[in-house]
Amino acid sequence: MASAHDDAPMHLRPMHTGQVTDHIARPIMRVENVDVYYGDFRAVTEVNLAFGLNEITALIGPSGCGKSTLLRSLNRMNDLIDGARVDGEILFHGENIYGKGVDPIEVRRRIGMVFQKPNPFPKSIYDNIAYGPRVTGMKVDSMDDLVEESLTRAALWDEVKDKLKQSAIGLSGGQQQRLCIARAISVRPDVILMDEPCASLDPIATMRIEDLMQELRKQYTIVIVTHNMQQAARVADRTAFFTAQVSEGTGARTGVLVEYGTTTQIFEDPKDQRTEDYISGRFG
Amino acid sequence: MLANTTASVTEATTTASTGGPTTPSGHPQRSLFAGRARPGEAVIKLGLRLAATVAILTTIGIIIALLVPAIGFFREVPVFDFLFGDRWAPRFADASFGVIPLVTATLWTTAIALIVSVPLGLGAAILLSEYARPGVRKTLKPILELLAGVPTVVYGLFALQFIQATVFRDWLQLDTGAFSVLAAGLVMGIMIIPTVASISEDAMSAVPMSLRQGSFALGANRMQTSLRVVFPAALSGVMAAVVLGISRAVGETMIVAIAAGNQARIVGGPLEQGQTMTGFIANAALGDSRVGSLEYDTLYAVGLLLFAITLIVNFISIRLVRRFRQAY
Repeated sequence: MASAHDDAPMHLRPMHTGQVTDHIARPIMRVENVDVYYGDFRAVTEVNLAFGLNEITALIGPSGCGKSTLLRSLNRMNDLIDGARVDGEILFHGENIYGKGVDPIEVRRRIGMVFQKPNPFPKSIYDNIAYGPRVTGMKVDSMDDLVEESLTRAALWDEVKDKLKQSAIGLSGGQQQRLCIARAISVRPDVILMDEPCASLDPIATMRIEDLMQELRKQYTIVIVTHNMQQAARVADRTAFFTAQVSEGTGARTGVLVEYGTTTQIFEDPKDQRTEDYISGRFG
Repeated sequence: MLANTTASVTEATTTASTGGPTTPSGHPQRSLFAGRARPGEAVIKLGLRLAATVAILTTIGIIIALLVPAIGFFREVPVFDFLFGDRWAPRFADASFGVIPLVTATLWTTAIALIVSVPLGLGAAILLSEYARPGVRKTLKPILELLAGVPTVVYGLFALQFIQATVFRDWLQLDTGAFSVLAAGLVMGIMIIPTVASISEDAMSAVPMSLRQGSFALGANRMQTSLRVVFPAALSGVMAAVVLGISRAVGETMIVAIAAGNQARIVGGPLEQGQTMTGFIANAALGDSRVGSLEYDTLYAVGLLLFAITLIVNFISIRLVRRFRQAY
């Protein structure tokens, strides 16, 4: 099985950690035995996952199952929270992003993020896009071209090309979220993490973002947290189902990965009873 | 059991016919159109109105109290001579009322105070809001605000005895007399730091966390996030802090009265002494000028000018904020 990939560089070879992650031909990120803590509280435990290059992976599960926590630890955004700590390894191109000497700022540049609520800077549309390349010291031939390219890829260019100097705050919610996606891709990341990117959008804006994700996956790897199972079924190649385990003694809720597979398998032929209960709407 | 049920059914029917619940608990029944006043609310409203009125009446009172004697002054001395004259000698036989010397001293002390307080105050604010952990912030901020509670007369003595006499003259061997606008300005700047820091810190802390996260997620570091995202978003609050700092510097009296000097002459350099507008008012008001005399009215003319300067600074800053702020 591995023979087909023997020529591939080390970090692109198939992985052999968890049983469910074996099938991914070209993993760009691997999550190995990861526990995430907030102080003494263990929010997520024993997660093993891999994200395939140019695939969309959805993390689904009920509230409090730790999927957003896990997502934020994938680009070290958890570092900004006091007391947050990650055990285990998160490998990006084969390198542990929590390893010694790793610059979290470079990690975040390579692994971008789009948030639940659109959070454009209170600057002009142009400056929103130019911000990332400027602060990361990216060598750019023409900032105008980069802004146009980023906005075009985020399917927003035609709507804003005549008002680039206007404040981004004046855009609609859906436009703001596409602006945030354009902003994320302006620094040319490999992976884009999306934390419920459509949670505050109407169905039409949601549909546009989903279409956009299908375009983006040609160049980027996307990991999306969503509460919306239909959304996971529509957009994702693979789906990971998480749930919260309540500890007998303390009543503390800890997130665990229940099942990970292709979206078709998870939704049509779940192996775990809890997955089946969740996707058929019996709990969560 | 059965009787009970019947009773409640009957009750329900009655209730329906009278158009409202008659259960003993809950809100008492009341017509929508009773227009019933709530006396407590009216009293509170009146109290709040009174509070607001007192503030407005006081301001109007101050303006009138300044204007009336100032008009008396300007009957004797032309406005042009007052504003642009370069000799201030109200008590001399050949009295002269050119306010420029006082204005230069005020400009020097204010400028020096701002050069000290704005960078240090904003630096402290960025440290507290963007770098310090919550626990550190909770301890540091009250300590910083304590600086604002030191009586200004103490600052004045500190400027005169320590900064001017010991540091400038003994240690640094600077060519300066007993007073200097530099000593007064420096210490005034230290006094203003907490004001600038505290208000700007409030403004920066109020910037939504999501903006910082957006910046970090793009690969920005903490300094870039602070200066390029948080600071511009908090600009109106920061400007308010700076303007308050300017107002305090222009209006500060005790420090300059003690340490800047009391000879009104045009100040050409930071090591010279000079009398500020407030310094003059403090000195003259303690003196023996007769009520209604020209010298007495002079106080009010200078007071009015101070008031006008503060007003102009406020006005300009509001315009600046409208122009540059990034509203989130």
